[in-house]
Amino acid sequence: MIGVGKIKQYGNVLDKPLTKGKQEVSLSAFAFLFSELVQYNQTQVDNIGELERRLEDAGYAVGARVLELLCHRDKGNRRETRLLGILSFVHSTVWKVLFGKVADSLEKGTEHEDEYMISEKELLVNKFISIPKDMGTFNCGAFVAGIVRGVLDGAGFPAVVTAHFVPMEGQQRPRTTILIKFAEEVHCH
Amino acid sequence: MAAIYSLYIINKSGGLIYYKDYGSAGRMDTNDSLRVASLWHSMHAISQQLSPVSGCLGIELLQADTFDLHCFQSLTGTKFFVVCEPGAQHMENLLKFVYELYTDYVLKNPFYEMEMPIRCELFDINLTQAVQKDRVAFLGR
Repeated sequence: MIGVGKIKQYGNVLDKPLTKGKQEVSLSAFAFLFSELVQYNQTQVDNIGELERRLEDAGYAVGARVLELLCHRDKGNRRETRLLGILSFVHSTVWKVLFGKVADSLEKGTEHEDEYMISEKELLVNKFISIPKDMGTFNCGAFVAGIVRGVLDGAGFPAVVTAHFVPMEGQQRPRTTILIKFAEEVHCH
Repeated sequence: MAAIYSLYIINKSGGLIYYKDYGSAGRMDTNDSLRVASLWHSMHAISQQLSPVSGCLGIELLQADTFDLHCFQSLTGTKFFVVCEPGAQHMENLLKFVYELYTDYVLKNPFYEMEMPIRCELFDINLTQAVQKDRVAFLGR
């Protein structure tokens, strides 16, 4: 037929090359979807702890998949075996792909050996969310904590990851810290 | 600079969901503000019927001796109106900006129930920034 270009047909969908895909998604669309995710989970639970766990589990699924995708796309299928390597992978590459920027800071905890903290002035998922006073310390960043846990677990660095608000002097809004506490077996140098 | 006396947001059924006053003039207690809100809701609806021009969507500006009242109605029926000093400029832009803040910090908040009073910290913070007297002029875009 005239005008039909040569399109390479792939017999098997697994043979198609993995494209970079759309780099950007509408923030408003994501905000509404995330808001609905939180609202849906609120109807399914009895208390705030359970809500946090559900959001974390939702994030865990995302983290596991993001790790696979990024290892294939950006790291040439090389596996990260060093602790600092995987942390800076999360802090830079994962954050860049998910949120469009690297995380604000990565710090080592001073109190315990195996604690690390990724801090952000304002998590993207929390951009439009105001937590009511009666929900105490609940943080929708639990979703992001779940993503980090999914990435670390999949990479072979099991950890407990939580999200906390840290009030800052002179700032109206507290900054958010993702606290990563590695399991025993990780910290054997 | 334009002085705003108060800002009201009413839901589609006429209930007051947000009230903020910015000056001593026109300050009201809760009951009075609720009355003004439902009064304005009814007047707005009646004016749509009374209008000699077809396709009228309701009152946009009410001018009196001591104040002006600018009203913006969204497509969903939520009304934003501001009572300000006579001759204040850029109020329509301010109302549209408040509508943007509403869609961002209220509607995207999972803890906000539709049509209920607005209790969102981020909305308050951003609104205060927008209404600071010397910023209102810059919203005219």
